[in-house]
Amino acid sequence: MAILSRRRFLQVGSVAGAGAALAAARGPAWDRFLGPAAAGDRIETVPTYCDLCFWKCGAIATKKNGRLWKLEGNPEDPLSRGRLCPRGTGGVGAHFDPDRLTAPLVRGKRRGEEAWVEVTWDEALERVAQGLAAIAAEHGPEAVAFFSHGIGGNFLKHTFRAFGTPNFVAPSYAQCRGPRDIGFQLTFGEEVGTPERTDIANARCLVLIGSHLGENMHNSQVQEFAEAIGAGASLIVVDPRHSVAASKAKHYLPIKPGTDIALLLAWMNVLVAEELYDRELVASHGFGFDAFRAEVAPWTPEWAYPITTIDPATIRETAREMARHRPATLVHPGRHVTWYGDDAQRSRAVALLDALLGSWGRRGGFYYPSSVPVPKYGGYPDYPRAARGPVDNPGGRYPFADLGLTNGIREATLTGEPYPIKSWFVYATNLLQAMPNQEETIRAIQRLDLLVVVDTHPSEIAGWADVVLPECSYLERYDDLNTEPFREPFVSLRQPVVEPPTDQKPNWWIARELAVKLGLERYYPWREVEEYLEARLAGAGLSLAEMKRRGVFRGAPAPLYFDDGVPMEFPTPTGKIEFWSPQLAAAGFDPVPRFRPHEEPPPGYFRLLSGRAPVHTFARTQTNPILAEAMPENEVWVNADVARRLGLTAGARVRLRNQDGVVSAPVPVKATERIRTDCVYMVHGFGHTAPGLRRALGKGASDAQLMTRYAVDPLMGATGTNVNFVTFEEA
Amino acid sequence: MARFGMVIDTLRCVGCMDCVVACKTENEVPEGFCRDWITTEVRGKFPTLTTEIRSERCNHCDRPPCVTCCPTGASHVEDFGRLVLVDRELCIGCKACLASCPYDARFIHPEGYADKCTFCVHRVREGKDPACVAVCPTRCMHFGDLDDPRSEVAKLLASRRHHALLPEAGTRPRIHFLT
Repeated sequence: MAILSRRRFLQVGSVAGAGAALAAARGPAWDRFLGPAAAGDRIETVPTYCDLCFWKCGAIATKKNGRLWKLEGNPEDPLSRGRLCPRGTGGVGAHFDPDRLTAPLVRGKRRGEEAWVEVTWDEALERVAQGLAAIAAEHGPEAVAFFSHGIGGNFLKHTFRAFGTPNFVAPSYAQCRGPRDIGFQLTFGEEVGTPERTDIANARCLVLIGSHLGENMHNSQVQEFAEAIGAGASLIVVDPRHSVAASKAKHYLPIKPGTDIALLLAWMNVLVAEELYDRELVASHGFGFDAFRAEVAPWTPEWAYPITTIDPATIRETAREMARHRPATLVHPGRHVTWYGDDAQRSRAVALLDALLGSWGRRGGFYYPSSVPVPKYGGYPDYPRAARGPVDNPGGRYPFADLGLTNGIREATLTGEPYPIKSWFVYATNLLQAMPNQEETIRAIQRLDLLVVVDTHPSEIAGWADVVLPECSYLERYDDLNTEPFREPFVSLRQPVVEPPTDQKPNWWIARELAVKLGLERYYPWREVEEYLEARLAGAGLSLAEMKRRGVFRGAPAPLYFDDGVPMEFPTPTGKIEFWSPQLAAAGFDPVPRFRPHEEPPPGYFRLLSGRAPVHTFARTQTNPILAEAMPENEVWVNADVARRLGLTAGARVRLRNQDGVVSAPVPVKATERIRTDCVYMVHGFGHTAPGLRRALGKGASDAQLMTRYAVDPLMGATGTNVNFVTFEEA
Repeated sequence: MARFGMVIDTLRCVGCMDCVVACKTENEVPEGFCRDWITTEVRGKFPTLTTEIRSERCNHCDRPPCVTCCPTGASHVEDFGRLVLVDRELCIGCKACLASCPYDARFIHPEGYADKCTFCVHRVREGKDPACVAVCPTRCMHFGDLDDPRSEVAKLLASRRHHALLPEAGTRPRIHFLT
C-alpha cells in the first residue's frame, strides 16, 4: 500500500490547523478493539525536526487531546523521506522521560558529591554571570571554554563569542569524525560533511570499513543502504565483528583490528599494478601519482596477508570487484573514525582508494551537496576580538586541526598552558562519556572556578557542575534553522510541539538571558526567537508562518555530479587530487599513508571495540522510557569459543578490567560467533553512574570508562580509543 | 473481501526495531509489552555465517487456533481483511489463546484482556499502512491483500523465494519472509 500521499498529508495538515477532529466515522463495535484514538478525540499535528541525533530529520508530531501521541517522518523532508529511525520514532519518550532535569540547580557541597539546591532561573543565571565576570576580570574572557553538541548550541555560542572567548569545541570533532574530514581534505580539498555526501543509493559496489550501517542509524544512509541492497549492489564489509552490514555482504573480510591501512594499501597496490584505476582522472586531475605508485608498489596482498589475516586471493578479488563497478564504487569514509591515532592517514587512504576508483563527484560515489541560501541574522554587532587565540592547539602542534580540540582544552585546563582555563560551559554533551580517560577530565574539572552544564538530563558531567541549567527537550522549543547541505537543498524548522513539563527553558532563552546579565544585551536585538527566525527566513523569501505549517521547504535541485555540470575542481594547494601530498611532506608526515603496527593485547587480554545500537544515541537516550525498553542495557560480545574456554556463560554478568586496572560495572556476556577471538565489543553509552539517571543506572558497562588510554593523531589531534585492552573478572 | 498479510524482505531488514518502537507509540502499548519484535537467527561458524533478521508479530493465521479455542468469541476473524482481532469487551483474560498461539504473539494487557497486533486496523481502514510498515526506514515491509494478484505482496511472493514461520503448526500464517 502507498504511504500517505502528499495530497492526503496536506489535508491532514489543514484539518489539524483548524483544530478539528480527524477521527473518521466508525461503528461503535470497532471501538472495542480498534486502536488508540476514539471518535471525538482531538487530533493535531505539528511539523518539527528531530534531535535524537545530529541528522535532524523532519518529523510530524501528532497530539491527541493536547498530549503528545506519536512522531512520524515528514514526507516533505528529504532526510527522513517520511520515515524516522527508531530513535526518532521513540523521541516521544524524550518528552515523557521522568528522569529529566526539572529546575535549575546549584551545587550544595564539594564537586562530584551530587548535593544540589534548587534555585530560580534568575538566581542560577545571576550566579553564572557573576562567575564568568569574575573569571574574565582576573584571567580574561578567553579563560572560558565552551563545549557543545548539536544545533542547540548555536545561540549559546553567539553569547560566548560576544563574551570574547575564542575557545569553542565539540567532541564530534576530536572524538569522532575529525580525522575523516582531514583525510579527505588533504586528498580532494573538500570534506565529506554532515550529512555525509555519500551516494549510497546509486552505488553498485559499497565498501564499509568498520562502518556498521543499520546498527549506526543515520536515517538517510540506512534508507539508501537498503535501497542499494535491494538493487543488488555488491557489498564488501571489513570488520572484526560480523555486523548487521556484514551479514548482508557479498564479501565479508574479518580483519584483524588495527590493520585497515595495510588492507587499504594492498587494495591500492592491486588497482595500480593491474591498471584497474581511473587512468583518465589520474592523468588529468591527479598530483604526484608516480611517487604514489612507487610508494604502494611494495604493499602487495601477500605482504598484507599476515598483517590483516585476509588472504591475498580475497584482497585481489575484492579490489577487482571495486574496479568492475567504478566509478559507482563507494568506499565509505565512515563517521566515528577515532580508532588508533593514525586515523587521519587511514581516512586519507580511504580517500585515495576512492580517488583511484574515480568515485568523487560521480554517481554512486560522492555527490556535491547543496543548501538553500538562508542568510545569517543581520542585526548583530561585531564580536570582540579575543586578546589571545584558541588554547587547544598551542603552536599548531597538530598542524592540520581545523576545529577546536576538546582534549586540547582539557590539557590546557590541567596545565594552565599556554594560558589558564578557569571555566567550562558545557551544552548538551556528556563529556565523561564522550571523552576518553575520565580521570583526566575530572582532574581538569577540579581546576575550574566554574563549571556550568546545560542539559535535559542529570548526566555524569552535570553531576560535577557548579550550576546545572535544565533545558527543554527538542519537542518543547524552537532552535536555529536546519540548512545542512544535502542531496536536495532544504530548510527545516524546529518548533515547540508541547509545553515543557516543569521549569525547563529553551537554549535561546538561556543564551539571551545570560547575555543580558553579562551586559551583552546589544547582541540580542531580538527579544523572542521567532523574530530571529522570521528575519532569517525573510532573507530567503520564506515566512515563519509558512514554515510552521510545513516544517520543511525544499529548494531547487542543483547538479550532483561532474556529469551534470559540477565543475571538476579540487581546492587543494595544487588544485588537483593529491596522491602524493606536498602538504604532508612539508609538515614532516608520510606523503602517502604507510602502515605501522599497533600494540597488541597482552596474553589474556582482548582489544576493546565499541559501536552503536540503532535505538540509542551516544550516552543520551538510555533513560528514554521507550528506547530503554527496546534496549535496556549493553552486552559484551565475546567469541563463542573464547567464552567456552574462559568459562563465560552467555547472559551471565562479568566485569571488564582494562590494562590500567580500571574495572567496569557488571555487564552480560553475549557469547557469539559474530566476532573474532582477539577482541570484544560493546555498544557505547551505557554503564551510567549518575544517580539522577534512574532508569539507566546500573545498566550495562561504559566503554568510555575503560578507555583510559588514547592515541593522539599527530596530524590533527583526535583521540583514537581502540587501543585499550580488557580481561574478564567475576561480577 | 481482502485477505490482508505481510511480506517482509529479510535481505533489506537491519533489525533496527523501528517497527517495534512505532507500534509501541502508535498503539500505546503499555510498558513491558510489545506487539512486534525482532528475531535474529545466526547459523555457522565465524567468519562464515548466515544471518536472518526478522520483524515478527501475530501472523493473522488463516486457521487461527486462538479463535478456535476462545471460549467467549472475543478472538475472532473480522470480515474486514480477514484480520484476527480481539474484542476487549468480550475477553475474560483466560489466556487460552496465549497458550494456543505457536508464535507467542499475545499477552494480557494490564487492563485484563488479551492483546496483540491488529495489523493497525484503525490505520488500514483509513487507507494507510500499519505503523510498522509505514515507519520502516529500509522499506523491507509490505502490507496488502494476498488474494489480489495485482497487489505488491502477491507479486513479491510470486517472484521471490520466501518462507513463513512454523508452517508445521498448520495455522497457515499470513506473514511471509523473503530470503
